[in-house]
Amino acid sequence: MSQPVAPATGSGRIRTPLPFPTAAKPAVADPQLRANLHRATRTIRAKRARVVDEVPDWEALRDAGSAIKADVQRRLPELLEQFEASVTAAGATVHWARDAAEACRIVVALTRAAGADEVVKVKSMATQEIELNEALEAAGIAAYETDLAELIVQLGEDTPSHILVPAIHYNRAQIREIFQRRMPDVPADLSDEPAALAEAARAHLRRRFLSARVAVSGANFAVADTGTLVVVESEGNGRMCLTLPETLISVVGVEKLLPTFTDLEVFLQLLPRSSTGERMNPYTSMWTGVTPGDGPQDVHVVLVDNGRSAVLADPVGRPALSCIRCSACLNVCPVYERAGGHAYGSVYPGPIGAILSPQLTGVADNASLPYASTLCGACYDVCPVKINIPEILVHLRQQAPHPPAERAAMGVLSWVMRSPRRWAAALRLARAGAGPLGAYRMRRTGARTLRRLPWPGSAWTRSRDLPLPGPQTFREWWGKQ
Amino acid sequence: MRIALFITCVNDLAYPGTGIAVTRILRRLGHTVEFPDRQTCCGQMHANTGYRAEAMPMVRNYVDVFDGYDAVVAPSGSCTAMIRDQYPRLHPPATSVAARTYELSELLVDVLGVTDVGAEFPETVTYHPTCHGLRMLRLGDRPLTLLRQVRGITLVELGDAEECCGFGGTFALKNPDVSTAMLTDKCARVRDTGARVLAAADNSCLAHIGGGLDRHRSGVRAMHYAEILAGASS
Amino acid sequence: MVGEAVSARDEILARLRTALADSPPPVQVPRRYRRVDDRPDLIATLVDRLEDYRAVVHHGIDALPRLLSEVDRLAVPADLPADWLTGYAGQVHRDAPALSPAVLDDLDAVLTGCAVAIADTGTIILDAGPTQGRRALTLVPDRHICVVRADQVVGLLPEALTRLNPRAPQTWISGPSATSDIELNRVEGVHGPRRLEVVLVGSGA
Repeated sequence: MSQPVAPATGSGRIRTPLPFPTAAKPAVADPQLRANLHRATRTIRAKRARVVDEVPDWEALRDAGSAIKADVQRRLPELLEQFEASVTAAGATVHWARDAAEACRIVVALTRAAGADEVVKVKSMATQEIELNEALEAAGIAAYETDLAELIVQLGEDTPSHILVPAIHYNRAQIREIFQRRMPDVPADLSDEPAALAEAARAHLRRRFLSARVAVSGANFAVADTGTLVVVESEGNGRMCLTLPETLISVVGVEKLLPTFTDLEVFLQLLPRSSTGERMNPYTSMWTGVTPGDGPQDVHVVLVDNGRSAVLADPVGRPALSCIRCSACLNVCPVYERAGGHAYGSVYPGPIGAILSPQLTGVADNASLPYASTLCGACYDVCPVKINIPEILVHLRQQAPHPPAERAAMGVLSWVMRSPRRWAAALRLARAGAGPLGAYRMRRTGARTLRRLPWPGSAWTRSRDLPLPGPQTFREWWGKQ
Repeated sequence: MRIALFITCVNDLAYPGTGIAVTRILRRLGHTVEFPDRQTCCGQMHANTGYRAEAMPMVRNYVDVFDGYDAVVAPSGSCTAMIRDQYPRLHPPATSVAARTYELSELLVDVLGVTDVGAEFPETVTYHPTCHGLRMLRLGDRPLTLLRQVRGITLVELGDAEECCGFGGTFALKNPDVSTAMLTDKCARVRDTGARVLAAADNSCLAHIGGGLDRHRSGVRAMHYAEILAGASS
Repeated sequence: MVGEAVSARDEILARLRTALADSPPPVQVPRRYRRVDDRPDLIATLVDRLEDYRAVVHHGIDALPRLLSEVDRLAVPADLPADWLTGYAGQVHRDAPALSPAVLDDLDAVLTGCAVAIADTGTIILDAGPTQGRRALTLVPDRHICVVRADQVVGLLPEALTRLNPRAPQTWISGPSATSDIELNRVEGVHGPRRLEVVLVGSGA
């Protein structure tokens, strides 16, 4: 009998190099970035609300989506084996990667075996997560992002800041500037109209699509009973990559499975409306292994763990694996809107990132992220698969390492509040201590408030006055009756 | 019906006026309200900051103190949400009393069937639906239904009303930059309304927004809506 | 055998089994969502949704000759019905043998049929079945003219799935190529065909 194998945390671009509050500071102070994010998130919020409101059975679809994903998680090992058998029977080759490095090695080896020194890429969170572009470059293979936003980020030598729109932090003028600087074939008088910028991207990538020999994609869904992979997109760059090259390598997180082809009837309704706020995205491609005479004849699927087994091991945090990467939670999050995606360090920003990244790495490695939320709950309301993000945030906060001073203060406060007698005494003491100060401030300034406190109270008084207790507590008033 | 008041720790210390208002409203409606003085705190700050073990004694104390009442009313959406949403998971014996714990507007509208509490308040008021009341308790328009019946009141709509003010308990201290940015926007929307009073169902959120409004000498007063319903227009 | 490396496959599956040591209970999936549409006029809905996403809609097979008169060089699948080209005077490039991407890129338009269309979302689905050809054919030319028969129109997405062969390569098309990547404003026309024209034929169209 073999020993049980422990779930393992992941590697790649899923760790915050800086604590969230530190990383958020420059973003909050950048008015251009704030304006870009404000405008973009408000636009998409309104679009989503409009197309969700017109669906009478939206809540029923959410319930079904949530349950299907819970079922997938429960049966993940058997569904993976079923998927492997189905897609292998359809002519594809399945590879398994324990972590980011192993996944990258597999893609590099497959690209070399195809005799190629460049690949075209469909936008994929999994390949961003495993830092595939960097690994390909190190192996002498050029990786060309073909999604417009990914192209902007790649040309700008930047990193994505949003799941759906990696370049959400740029406005049209900034994008034109990047194109003029980095696209050799761009017209000198390029305007900043979105249509003109899209046209420039079309011209820039056209030859590359028509001559590419290897494409790398992710997948939105992998169907266990048929072996079908699904990519949902808008521009047609996905279709180009999935159709024209001879070799297609798809990097797929193990959680992307759906049990049956029929289950797509739920997710293809939930995803586009939650994501781009459209009834349906312009293009959805599905392929099942190899189709003779149609599309790539050398088809590979790389199934990646990279920390997902660690997420699965936590019964409370497990539903984070239900995420379909729609980014609706980012678009409604007031913290994301102010801090931007880069502050989260990981490729997974926003509320879902704040629960997913710490679980993929272990909470100690991303200890600030579970606290990067006011627990306002807007994310849970829009999540198409009903991930209770606030509940999981609170759960992860229990596992986070706590600062010693905070731990001491919380311990003392708990000791006081667990005893009705001590709490009553503490209230009397606080009122007696702060009451005269409040009365003094009242006489001096006309308000019973403090305007400046030393650290750590300064975190509060930097932008708000602090109210002081009045002449009596509630229980003192009650007692006098 | 035996109704107990859970005042909440913040209100007991810093906002006695809110508890007094709740008491007056219920008495005016002919109900007796009791204040069991062995109550302390719901434990939300501990639980939500990652100190669940330290919160547990408060959870158990709440059950001991309040289990014998028909209804418990708390003038806080956030504390009520802690009790109703988290208690049954943290401490299964709390399930029953958690279900009988109501935010003030739930008690008035759903349990007592009242929308007009006989108040008068001749001021221009805007209402901020605080997050836990809005999205965990689903208070909906219950507080506004009550406020609309107040004589003399002029209610004005708050822009981006459903957006969080940036308080989030210890979030305001742990993430001061983001919190301040959210607060600044919320204060701007409040000032846009021209209202002289900002009402809400949580004094902690009101301390945050009110603290921001005071900092800029906006002249807008932050008030728990219970104090408006009590007719305390001073 | 001592020291034999465990395969990544076996290790990952073993990790996942360990992770499920708590034996989560079976899940009953509630399917209370609509699976059949009861709207009376599906064609009108389809037209509304197609036009909302900037596809151009034409009614009746008689619209084809006029449309095709604007096209000099036309790509067609090998099995395109001959009567769809009645009166067409331009060059017909039949995809048999397969046309290269470079040749397809040089043509003005492609004419195909489809497998099914979803009224609710304005979606046309191709599954490489009769009159549709392979995927590259409808991808590279800049203009896609697609004939949709009234009996191919269903109301809701779940109805469409039951008509498809899961193992055939599928392309779901909702309007022309578009992007929302710049300030989240949708603009039409990136890599896929920049013009999508739908010819509705059959009763009710």
